[in-house]
Amino acid sequence: MIPASFDYVRANSLDEAIALLGEHGDEAKLLAGGHSLLPLMKLRIAQPAMLVDIGRLRELSYVRDEKEYVTVGALTRHHDVATSPVALASAAVLAHVADQIGDPQVRHRGTIGGSISHGDPASDLPAVLLALGATLVVQGPNGQREIAAKDFFLSFFEVALAPQEVLVEVRVPRSVEWGFEKLTKRAQDWAIVGAVAVRTSNGVGVGLINMGPVPLRAGAVEEAVASGSNAVDAAEFAADGTEPSADFNGSVAYRQHVAKVLVRRALEKVGV
Amino acid sequence: MSILGNRVVRREDPKFLTVGGTYVADLDLPGSVHLTFVRSSMAHAKLLSVDTSGAKAMPGVIGVYTNDDLGMTNMPSIMSMTNEAMTPPMLASGTVRYVGEPIVAIVAESRELAADAVEQVVVEYEALTVVIDPKEARKDEVLLFPDAGTNTAFTLDFGGDDALFDDCEVVVELTLVNQRVAPCPMEGRSAAGHMTKDGRLEFSSATQAPHGVRDALVGFLGLDVDKVHVVTPDVGGGFGAKASVYPEDIVVGWCALKLGRPVRWTETRSESMLGLGHGRAQLQHVRMGGTREGVITAYRIDVLQDSGAYPGFGAVLPFMTRVMTSGPYKIPRAEFGSVSVVTNSTPTVAYRGAGRPEATAAIERTMDVFAREIAMDPAELRRRNLISKDEFPYTTPTETVYDVGDYHQALELALEVAGYDELRAQQSRRRASGDPSQLGIGLSCYVEITNGMPDGEFGAVEVRPDGKIIVRTGTSPHGQGHVTAWSMLVAEQMGVSIEDIEVLYGDTDIVPRGGGTMGSRSLQIGGAAVNQAAVDVVEKAKDLAADLFEASRDDIVLDKTSGRFHVVGTPAISRSWGELAKAAFAKDGNPLFAEVDLASGGPTFPFGTHVSVVEVDTETGKVTLLRHIAVDDAGRIVNPLLAEGQVHGGVAQGIAQALLEEVVYDLDGNPLTSTFADYSFISAAELPSFETRFTETPTPINALGAKGIGESGTIGSTPALHNAVCDALAHLGVRHVDMPTTPIRVWNAINEAGKAGL
Amino acid sequence: MKVEMTVNGNLESHDVEARTLLVNYLRDTLALTGTNIGCDTTSCGACTVLINGQSVKSCTVLAVQASGDDVTTIEGMASEDGTMHPVQAAFQECHGLQCGYCTPGMVMAITSLLKENPEPTEEEVRVGLEGNLCRCTGYHNIVESALMASRSLGVHS
Repeated sequence: MIPASFDYVRANSLDEAIALLGEHGDEAKLLAGGHSLLPLMKLRIAQPAMLVDIGRLRELSYVRDEKEYVTVGALTRHHDVATSPVALASAAVLAHVADQIGDPQVRHRGTIGGSISHGDPASDLPAVLLALGATLVVQGPNGQREIAAKDFFLSFFEVALAPQEVLVEVRVPRSVEWGFEKLTKRAQDWAIVGAVAVRTSNGVGVGLINMGPVPLRAGAVEEAVASGSNAVDAAEFAADGTEPSADFNGSVAYRQHVAKVLVRRALEKVGV
Repeated sequence: MSILGNRVVRREDPKFLTVGGTYVADLDLPGSVHLTFVRSSMAHAKLLSVDTSGAKAMPGVIGVYTNDDLGMTNMPSIMSMTNEAMTPPMLASGTVRYVGEPIVAIVAESRELAADAVEQVVVEYEALTVVIDPKEARKDEVLLFPDAGTNTAFTLDFGGDDALFDDCEVVVELTLVNQRVAPCPMEGRSAAGHMTKDGRLEFSSATQAPHGVRDALVGFLGLDVDKVHVVTPDVGGGFGAKASVYPEDIVVGWCALKLGRPVRWTETRSESMLGLGHGRAQLQHVRMGGTREGVITAYRIDVLQDSGAYPGFGAVLPFMTRVMTSGPYKIPRAEFGSVSVVTNSTPTVAYRGAGRPEATAAIERTMDVFAREIAMDPAELRRRNLISKDEFPYTTPTETVYDVGDYHQALELALEVAGYDELRAQQSRRRASGDPSQLGIGLSCYVEITNGMPDGEFGAVEVRPDGKIIVRTGTSPHGQGHVTAWSMLVAEQMGVSIEDIEVLYGDTDIVPRGGGTMGSRSLQIGGAAVNQAAVDVVEKAKDLAADLFEASRDDIVLDKTSGRFHVVGTPAISRSWGELAKAAFAKDGNPLFAEVDLASGGPTFPFGTHVSVVEVDTETGKVTLLRHIAVDDAGRIVNPLLAEGQVHGGVAQGIAQALLEEVVYDLDGNPLTSTFADYSFISAAELPSFETRFTETPTPINALGAKGIGESGTIGSTPALHNAVCDALAHLGVRHVDMPTTPIRVWNAINEAGKAGL
Repeated sequence: MKVEMTVNGNLESHDVEARTLLVNYLRDTLALTGTNIGCDTTSCGACTVLINGQSVKSCTVLAVQASGDDVTTIEGMASEDGTMHPVQAAFQECHGLQCGYCTPGMVMAITSLLKENPEPTEEEVRVGLEGNLCRCTGYHNIVESALMASRSLGVHS
């Protein structure tokens, strides 16, 4: 309940945050909404020596309509994504999924950037970004670079952020049709299994939640859809390439079965 | 115009709503130090060494203690019924037997320093083989207590006729898991103690039984009873788990004595999930026999009770299961057997229902299995076997005497409110259409025992010269609303406003004795005692009034609308309660009061019928509860608002067990559900609003005609939901799914039935 | 570290450790013990307060993070003359509390919910309370309280 001691500094600018990360190396962690990091610190699973608070950099909180894309600042809180008229109009899947994260209190604090950078394969947003074919914009001491979502999630709780890099923006293609299916025991739980399907100008993208150590794109399903399969047939490929773990909420076989069911339902919602 | 039976809002609420309750952790104790514990991370191990030197050396750490430092005996065996060789030490000594067992007590200047110091203690363990499964423990191959020579802590029997089922046309057999659950009161355990200058221990505890805490402190710390003062501030729920005294409570007292400073302890939720006792945890084997026409003639249940690492109250709860073996049915022959074993897990304790939900869950599930076996509607099977209302008092085959009831009325009302026939029609339509979303309808008819011990209780009423009424009760409410309910009872007897009544409880200096609040005892014995004290005060007041008016005692009238006494025929000349209180003082220096130690007339037996309606997604196994109907009869209802609240809370917990909650250990005894993130504590999003009704069949056992209601909701609801889920899957060939009916369990059952080609 | 924030309309300024959780700052330093701690995994919501009018779990916010913010706790809900806020009044009317431990969190969560959704359906209230756990009431009367408060707030606004 009580975190181990640490030093705290509030960054007044992004550059200052990046500089502090450089100065303290892996002793320092960024603090945005705090709803991924602080729970770990309270259980003393994480014990960073320094926290760099970027939560007040409100210039990184925005949802913009950029014609072909919707851009979301990394420090936009889930509640603000969920209620953003731009998101609701042009990237409704993002708004809907943001509205399902945790509970209302968590959504008032947690940020899209913080949630994604955490790299938890059980969280909802990464799978959505994969399905959308999103781009992550990160900033480091040498400037900005872009990383495709499919290259961002490296392994269990590990993302492609270099030590001094900060995720600053999420860029998603416009989408209208979407389907999001999540199996949980309770409303506030992490997904036992989840599936998301979106239709963009690039076709239908399908993402899977909690089907492996990283968020996954259901590539075989996407190929089947692209070659004309209906939802039932395409969903048969949902378990391909997945490595779900077994726990008391589900065996491997169960999770793979549920993935097919949820993918089928998500595909039906995008008109497959 | 009687206040009884009315929906009176609680007098307790404004404080809770505006500034919050005052729980132990909220008490202002200047100069206090913080106690915390190092707890075992191993389920079964020898303690090779415990190095406290690092912790002791930390600035701000005041004391670091092991069991040897405490020098106290073990906690006692439960009611002298459990194996004496299995009693728990205050702190682990030599061997740890469950993850979470306290090993070292640390006192520090602040909560933060105490938490930091915990990390500095180094414990060296030598792993021993872990026994988690009670079936394995029963084999006595790996012993938790080598000196005991067995893992069996307690056994019970009733009957043993091998031919019990011989003449039954139909016999069904079932093995059921009544799984381990965690009580999860929103406030965990908490206690604080300090010594006064006169050598008194002032102790505050989040307990359901302050006098029990006092007696334990007296016993363990060697203090005289008048040197221990226990006060229960507001308590954030208990549900039976805070009816036990825990070693940590005693350690708080010990530290207070030793250190001469106020000591406070408040556990974290993660500690509570391991250290606060767990509930249920029975493996049940049942057989039910009867005729093809649906007359049940024989029933036997055998229970394997998981006691956890040290037999607590949970080990002896099969006693209550045995009491309720045959439920509300007139089954002529019933038998019971139980074995309670220790395992390397958290000790089990009383949890809402405490032994009775287990009995009901077993027989109600079996009734549905029997109904299906003879192709009879489950409601009809129950109708044919319920004890009828003219058969009371009714003695069951296990020698329990039920007081009074109308079980058929509750059943018919529940079916009517549910719209049972229409539900069955909807179910048929969905089955015919092959919809992946199927409906399930589940019933549960229950009867349960309240004030099962059965204790008496203390009640006192005093009138002050200013006309205010002081009520003292031996109950210990922690959400049940006794201040409001007892005020209503007293107001009814004395013709005063409830606003003029103060109800005192939870303080062993103010209330000399009391049984606390548990087992749904409070209204029928505590409320009844206060009620009797009020009746007695009215009598005394009439004596005084007769003197004052120089009239005959028989001519004195208490006008309850004005709360004033007068001589019959001359109401204009009256005296108030305050004036009579002054007169009492004037007469012999004593206040106008009455004290009662009300003896119990025996336990009472509330009953009812619950119906659950669920929807099952047969593709994923996910169950959604659509409706829950609860018809409960607790005799006379004093305040329907409070009674409904008890039913709602009980129903939610009962549904939670059937639907979602379970404590899970891996094979090494590591708990997998020891936080609120992992343990599926049910939330508002999983529940509908409930449809509740009361029938009132007053009991002759007490003057109020009241039975307990606190646990009925839990007892009635679990089997209704469980039966509903099994019912939803029955047409797919599923005979039984164990609780909790989580998606994986439901889907596995569907899948296996499908493979069996049914 | 110095923190400065407005709590229930009063400017508060203190020195705290960086690791001090907002809930402990409120309870221990400001003696506002109405806000309770029910878990250690951000699950139960007993610690819910308002930061700048929005519900947050104060156990998962550092006091230093809230420096500069406007915080409201249960103690700040009734008016100066003691009149209960409609949400508080609804709880009493509907018997929405028993032991009271989850209650301040529930009141704050519902206050925030009704600000964002003034006329919620029962379903929306239930899902809106997914982050607030209660063991005593079974939620039935808490939901009734929220719906009643929504009606009373609607009448007066």
